[in-house]
Amino acid sequence: MTGELTLGPLLLYWPGEAWRDFHFRIADEAPVSRVYLGEVVCPKRWPANRPHLDAVIERLQRADKEVVLSTPALVAEDTDMALVHELAEHGLPIEANDIAALGALAGTGRQAQVAGPMITTYNESALAHLRTQGIERVVPPAELPGASMRTLADMAPPSLEVQVFGRWPLAISARCYHARAYGRTKATCQYACAEDPDGLPVDTLDDEPFLAVNGVQTLSRAYACLAAEIGELYAAGVPAFRLSPQNLDMVAVARIFRELLDGRREADSALDALEDVCGEVPLANGYYHDAPGSAWLEA
Amino acid sequence: MTAGPELVCPAGTPASLRAAVDAGADAVYVGFRDATNARNFPGLNFSRNELAEAREYAHARGTKLYLAINTFGRAGDMTPWRQALDDAARIGVDAVILADLGVLAEAAERRPELRLHLSVQASAAHPAALEHYRRTFGIARAVLPRVLTVDDIRRTGTQTSVEYEVFVFGGLCPMAEGRCYLSSYATGKSPNTVGVCSPATDVHYEERSDGLITRLGDFTINRFAHGQAAGYPTLCKGRFRVRGEEQHIFEEPTSLDAGVVMRELVDAGVAALKIEGRQRGRAYVAQAVANMRAMRDAALRGETPDVDNLSGLAEGAQRSAGAYQKAWQ
Repeated sequence: MTGELTLGPLLLYWPGEAWRDFHFRIADEAPVSRVYLGEVVCPKRWPANRPHLDAVIERLQRADKEVVLSTPALVAEDTDMALVHELAEHGLPIEANDIAALGALAGTGRQAQVAGPMITTYNESALAHLRTQGIERVVPPAELPGASMRTLADMAPPSLEVQVFGRWPLAISARCYHARAYGRTKATCQYACAEDPDGLPVDTLDDEPFLAVNGVQTLSRAYACLAAEIGELYAAGVPAFRLSPQNLDMVAVARIFRELLDGRREADSALDALEDVCGEVPLANGYYHDAPGSAWLEA
Repeated sequence: MTAGPELVCPAGTPASLRAAVDAGADAVYVGFRDATNARNFPGLNFSRNELAEAREYAHARGTKLYLAINTFGRAGDMTPWRQALDDAARIGVDAVILADLGVLAEAAERRPELRLHLSVQASAAHPAALEHYRRTFGIARAVLPRVLTVDDIRRTGTQTSVEYEVFVFGGLCPMAEGRCYLSSYATGKSPNTVGVCSPATDVHYEERSDGLITRLGDFTINRFAHGQAAGYPTLCKGRFRVRGEEQHIFEEPTSLDAGVVMRELVDAGVAALKIEGRQRGRAYVAQAVANMRAMRDAALRGETPDVDNLSGLAEGAQRSAGAYQKAWQ
């Protein structure tokens, strides 16, 4: 099995040199062929990372990695739209995460090529529409079941890129829950999200890990992990698999998935190795099996 | 017809529809009794015959009828959504309310006679999104997501020719709707796929020594002291442990009441004011419609509506103007 491995946009806030150095290491060591950069969650964060963008792009391209720029998940305010246009001006392929970005870039010569997971592609009619809009690749929403993904893979183009590792992006809001948890508002946030490089844990009242707040975004607490399902997806025609960056050794994660795709590891061995890297964080594959997204179903 | 924004009211049953029409709704929105609409609750919604009768009743009294087909089609099985579009056209509703790119594309191609409204579930929050939907599918109106301030809405109006409708009363989703998978993360079922959020089939109540626990799927959503009225465990209104404290991290168990900003909304050029609540009984619907109509008319006369007259309708007595006011963010 071959198959393309990609690194999705970093959703968490690791400002400045932390952002740069994380991507430098990916460039130097991670066996991924495509890396998404940009700021998907909150435009207020971007000034901290913007100064490092050119250096990161250069380092990734020198390592023969394709760079795609990801745009905001919710385009509501003018600052969101300004970031869409700023990222598009680099002339690199664009991932749209809101129909507003798709619409604003249409006809500008810089149209989006990738429809991200916050553009809700559920069926073949939506896929066919995105094809007419110049979209070449679609990342389906978190909750899309495996059966639907396999149906859509058969209808390509656009081809699918399926998230196989990392916290699911579950919701986006105009309200900043991170600021709220720190007794602030979005306008007075003082970058509360920088305090929690792994996201802010949301536990149930029974102390079970449930969700993670990431600014205006809500993530699953569990890491999505489709190591056991990736073979079935590939066989159905899904050519690309996305790893969503987490606060752990992503190079190790990328190597495990690369070995799995190359047939140098079996799924069981990959799962054992991933569990070692992930520590206490639960793994989940429920969405794929049309079960609660938080569920872990043994293959 | 009334000058000013249209009052768009919910009906989950034929009785509620008649109540809404009689109470002065300018338009009523309903859904079919299946997974094609986002209020797919047991005992609710309309058969094809009931929809035809509803159209007769509404049109005889000068009220418009809209049909929500606002879930997302299932890959490999678009038939229920296509059938809903065909039946909407055959019965002759005044508009269909759609969210899914796929259903929108099918409607524009197969049923050009239908007037298309973009559902709040499409979460189109920026004029560039509204214009994209207008150019590609010919939508006439969009229901704006409940994430915008009044200022955002006013600015939207200057940058699009699409009519825009806003929610003024009822449930309050803190997330961008149609792009929220919290419900399916806990239960496997979501508004987009099966038309329910935090479904009753997955709710459990558990008596413990420290109180009554409400659970959704495998997760505890809240805890209530003995004797305290337990709220329904809608996931985003739950109480969780964050930074060592038990808190409503997403939203309080509150509901939307835009009465305090009604004048500003009317001034912002909204085409329609929407009441949420197809799951509500006819008495609630009649009261909400009458109240909102009075508030709209007061706003149109340049008066500040008397918001206190509405008390008793909102759940838990907690009301909020939600995202319309910047401080909510």
